[in-house]
Amino acid sequence: MKPEEIGILIVDDEPSVRDSLYQWFKDDGYRVDTAADAASALKKLQENPWDIILLDIKMPGMDGIELQNRIKQIDKNIVTIIITAYASVDTAIQALKDGAFDYVTKPIDPDDLSKLIRNAIDKRRLVTENIQLRQQIEDLLLPDEVVGESSSIKKVMEMVNTVAKTDSTVMILGESGTGKELIARAIHSRSSRRYFPIITINCGAYPEGLLESELFGHEKGAFTGAMYRRRGKLEMADKGTLFLDEIGNISEKMQMDLLRVIETKSFARLGGDKTVDVDFRVISATNKDLEKAIKEGSFREDLYYRLNVFSIKIPPLRERRSDIPLLTRYFLSKYAQSMNKSVTDFSPQVMEMFTGYDWPGNIREVRNVVERAMVVAQGTQIQLVDISFPFPPSATPSGGASLEEVEKDQIMKILNQTNGNIAQAAEILKISRLTLYNKIEKYHLKR
Amino acid sequence: MSYIYIVPIELEDDSYLEPLERFVFQTFHLRTKKKEFKINLKDAFDPSRVQYNSSLILRQLIIKPPLDAEKILGVLDVDLFIPILTFVFGEAQLNGIGAAVSSHRLHHRYYGLPENSGATTDRLLKEAVHELGHTFGLIHCTQPKCVMNSSTYVENIDQKPAELCSLCQKNLKIEKNDTISKGFPFSWWSKKR
Repeated sequence: MKPEEIGILIVDDEPSVRDSLYQWFKDDGYRVDTAADAASALKKLQENPWDIILLDIKMPGMDGIELQNRIKQIDKNIVTIIITAYASVDTAIQALKDGAFDYVTKPIDPDDLSKLIRNAIDKRRLVTENIQLRQQIEDLLLPDEVVGESSSIKKVMEMVNTVAKTDSTVMILGESGTGKELIARAIHSRSSRRYFPIITINCGAYPEGLLESELFGHEKGAFTGAMYRRRGKLEMADKGTLFLDEIGNISEKMQMDLLRVIETKSFARLGGDKTVDVDFRVISATNKDLEKAIKEGSFREDLYYRLNVFSIKIPPLRERRSDIPLLTRYFLSKYAQSMNKSVTDFSPQVMEMFTGYDWPGNIREVRNVVERAMVVAQGTQIQLVDISFPFPPSATPSGGASLEEVEKDQIMKILNQTNGNIAQAAEILKISRLTLYNKIEKYHLKR
Repeated sequence: MSYIYIVPIELEDDSYLEPLERFVFQTFHLRTKKKEFKINLKDAFDPSRVQYNSSLILRQLIIKPPLDAEKILGVLDVDLFIPILTFVFGEAQLNGIGAAVSSHRLHHRYYGLPENSGATTDRLLKEAVHELGHTFGLIHCTQPKCVMNSSTYVENIDQKPAELCSLCQKNLKIEKNDTISKGFPFSWWSKKR
């Protein structure tokens, strides 16, 4: 910080003290002002920002200690230094307890004053830097891929914001590819644990023995090949969040072990007997129907309730078709930037195909389809020839094969495409608005 | 023609005034004029601190400045203070006309060491240029190799040079019309170096 960027306010009822300090700091190039009493100091505080305030304790009216409290209410990061002609241990303790950076008696040795101000500036700089860095981290931490303006995704984000402030366990339900991990990261990044890690473990990806070792870690020699002690994911998630993906795929033994850890927040590494205490929040996700699994006896009811204090269901993309244009364009701009291509949009035919398609692989499929199209695309628009679906749209609509089902499905599709605009939908369907209203009533398609 | 007035105030030893005048000229390229002003030191004396309030001395020094005075530098050998600090080596008005400097705490004997008049003169020259620098609008310089670097104890003064760094020279607010580049013997300081 350059001296002229640092504002120092001197509050003292003695003109000679004010003047001499003013001159002293002016010679250093600081922005300096003085106030003879608390009232005028508070006024100056509203007029300009101050980094350091030197306060005399004994002043007519409001004294320095009370003024310091008021200053801290306005901006708790302002560095305050108490100066007094009458040093007393009581006032010094009180001043420091109330947040004073230092407490000095008049007259001050010039060298001490210089060091004091240098230290105060350092502190102020660190505080400012800390605030800026935290803000930058917050910006970086915020996941940027929760894209959508449909009412259903907005509702999901409202739930994310609500639950993020708590420390409750959260279960995220949704089909494969709907962005469950993204939602878990969104919860973590909005929680008080955001400066600590979020550790993800895909429970479905490990055989039982390996999952145990991944979660709990192991001591040296715990099993063949365990040459070193290794920290598990539970330890890594300490103070942060543990995200258990595909929780429906874990064995009964693992369910029991996990329940114990979540309840006691302590465990022992494999091959060890030392208890390790951990503090983490659990977010889990599944695309399985766990209630059915409980009835079938393949998932523990007590673990289910422990994990499912709060549940968030992410709708599949086909139930929020109005988000498809936004999502596809989001990935388009992302890949255009990363691949350094000048593709700016989809052709109208492509967009029509996108909005009519069911996207069984959900957002993951959108991302893959757009990424692939971007690779092969020539020119500024993505054309039909550039598109390749992993699950080609079937001739049979998803709703069923009967005439009524086909009609219902088509009306629903067009209503989603037009974002519920009856006039537009009726025009596309080539029927009157009244007929469309009647069919909406008949098929219970009201929003 | 404007001058930097060098004003001795109740000095016991004025032997360093001549080198001081020369060095001030060399630094600021303004002619100097040595003259005694009517200053009552007793008015600035604080019996409780047994020190002299430099702000009050400065006030007396600039009360009636001569018409040809560009700056006025009071030179003393008493212990100076400003109310908030335990002592000062000198005081100046930033962008003003007046400055004062004292040799009191610049002597080796003040610190219990054998007296060294050369060292005292060196220190006094540096502090005089430093305080006059403030009157020409210079603030404390962060460069250790600049006389405008702040000195809060006497060893600081010894560590810094007597000259202004290039940036401070550039920032000096001196009317070019008043400066002269030749015509003064600089031999004293160059011999000292």
